[in-house]
Amino acid sequence: MSRRVVDIDRARPRVAVHKFASCDGCQLAFLNLGETLLTVAGLVEFVHFAEAGPVDPDAEVDIAFVEGSVATAEDCARIARVRARSRYLVTIGACATAGGVQALRNLADVGAWRDAIYASPQYIDSLAVSTPIAQHVKVDLELWGCPVTSRQVLAALRALLFGVAPVEDDDKVCLDCKRRGRVCVMVAQGIACMGPVTRTGCGAICPSVGRDCYACFGPAENINTPALGRWFEGLGLAPSAVARKFLSINNGAAPFTEAGLRWRARGAPDGEA
Amino acid sequence: MSETRNIAIHVPVLARVEGEGALHLDVRGGRIEALSLRIFEPPRYFEKFLEGRDTAELPDLVARICGICPVAYQMSAVHAIEALSGIDPGPWVRAMRRVLYCGEWIESHALHIHLLAAPDFLGYDNAIAMAAAHSEALRRGLRLQALGNDIIRLLGARSVHPVGVRVGGFHHAPAPDAVAALRARLEASMPEAEALVAWTAQLALPESDQDFVSVALRHDAEYPMNAGRLVSDRGLDIDAAEFDRHFEERQVPHSTALHCRLHGEPYLVGPLARLNLNADRLPAATRRLLDAAGLRLPSRNLYHSIVARALELHAALVEAVALLADYRAPGRPCTDAPVRAGIAYGCTEAPRGILWHRYELDAGGLIRAARIVPPTSQNQARIETDLRADLEAFGLDRPDDALRRRCETVIRNYDPCISCATHFLDLRVTRS
Repeated sequence: MSRRVVDIDRARPRVAVHKFASCDGCQLAFLNLGETLLTVAGLVEFVHFAEAGPVDPDAEVDIAFVEGSVATAEDCARIARVRARSRYLVTIGACATAGGVQALRNLADVGAWRDAIYASPQYIDSLAVSTPIAQHVKVDLELWGCPVTSRQVLAALRALLFGVAPVEDDDKVCLDCKRRGRVCVMVAQGIACMGPVTRTGCGAICPSVGRDCYACFGPAENINTPALGRWFEGLGLAPSAVARKFLSINNGAAPFTEAGLRWRARGAPDGEA
Repeated sequence: MSETRNIAIHVPVLARVEGEGALHLDVRGGRIEALSLRIFEPPRYFEKFLEGRDTAELPDLVARICGICPVAYQMSAVHAIEALSGIDPGPWVRAMRRVLYCGEWIESHALHIHLLAAPDFLGYDNAIAMAAAHSEALRRGLRLQALGNDIIRLLGARSVHPVGVRVGGFHHAPAPDAVAALRARLEASMPEAEALVAWTAQLALPESDQDFVSVALRHDAEYPMNAGRLVSDRGLDIDAAEFDRHFEERQVPHSTALHCRLHGEPYLVGPLARLNLNADRLPAATRRLLDAAGLRLPSRNLYHSIVARALELHAALVEAVALLADYRAPGRPCTDAPVRAGIAYGCTEAPRGILWHRYELDAGGLIRAARIVPPTSQNQARIETDLRADLEAFGLDRPDDALRRRCETVIRNYDPCISCATHFLDLRVTRS
């Protein structure tokens, strides 16, 4: 992924917010800004942001924020058009960046799933896989998180308006816990926490409320998933339960897919792996 | 024979709804020949990938169905699991869950009233365009929305996909000083919520009179959120476990959301249906605002939905203030729920209406099957019925642009959350 900085020469840069397969939660990083939303709308021009009102999906923009994963044949064509019309493309959230929780279909027989839910599956346009945006087009910046925070989105936007490269933190949640003086839930309470392999940015909120991190910000840099899996096993988790820890919100992120499938195979009866 | 004219209008995307959809309208000889609300939000197969997961994972997974109402999904899920388990998490958990839900109602209703619906009634394309002329009203709305988010944050650490809820209660209890500080802000905001109700009541809302069935939860003493029986204004009075005997989901060719019908007929869920069935359960202060607003109930005018949302927002604020009074943190904020095999049912009032869950659990506490019926799939048939009646009363000979705006306004009355139901309005009108 390049860290190209976009040259924005307009006084009020043109911004689009596009939606693919998602829960709409990452767009709320804008819509939940309160009165700050009006300040942001003064700094940039939202030319396409369907949920907020402006609709012009094919407009040329300086910055495009993309929420959601590619899940249908039509999505494939649409993301190519978005890329062609956007100078700088930012993915927001786990769906756009890693395929989302719905990427669990990639590990299953999606045809059987569709047929189980819909009586007339021939009407449903659905690819066998749910994939991140970067698998289809060049992405300039990826913001992890399920959901991304307003702070992440505003920091990225502000950096781009300054003409500098946005900084993304890829430390582990553990470091954030230490900085905040939280007692480790795994060491102190034996709770199977994903903090050691998960990217920070959430504010270490789960350990802060006394529970396990469940990796909604995706993998951190330089992680040791085998060691964490063995820890979980030592805490009494069955291999299938260890697998589910990795195969959750960010199951489509490569280090988690790999670790999850390895534990799933260990948990399967002989011959079914 | 008169000259035949075919007009096809293509509006790229229905704005100001949560998700993506399209409307196809076929007009022949001055009458609506065909009308279908198409939902093409890509299916995400939630019900299938819940299979094989542990019930402890449910609150985090089902939240991802909807970024706007994750609390609703968490609530229906934990109530279902606890009902099967046979536990009662007690009064503190019950009160704090209601506070959490109040936060989501305030956030969701404020967002819908100001960012999605109000521009229709004030003649703007969107809220940002409305900002100059209606600055104070818009800013008040955004402040209330932020306040709702702060309530969710108190108990859930963040407002979208909060992390505080677990089967049996909460992971933590907020500190008394944090509760006291937020409660003071909620009390101070009461005049803004009152002003909001009066503001929605003076909007120039269209007249409409339609016959429809309202469905909501009903509780002995409370305005319904987490608990109650499922009732209608036509005599339905059932437990959530009896849902399948009265309601039927079926697929229609034009939608990735399944349509749900009650005894074969379309029905309404959401704020206006709740208000029609539960006005006597509103807090006294909200009832006074209802009387002052001059809204006569039951209402047969879906355009009153924006007033209903404002009233519910006020009621939620009153409730949250009351429930957080004399707050004390409990010894432990949750109760253990023993694992039991069987079928679990849960139904709560999401901001957009009843949200029904059904889970089959095995003896190890793993989910064998899941079914989720969200509010928008329940309202979908009602929206189509409403559009037919409304457009014929409005006049099909109007310009296409006026028809499109009218269709969008009707649809927004229901605040459809298409992400939940499975995307926005791509209107095609064919005339001959």
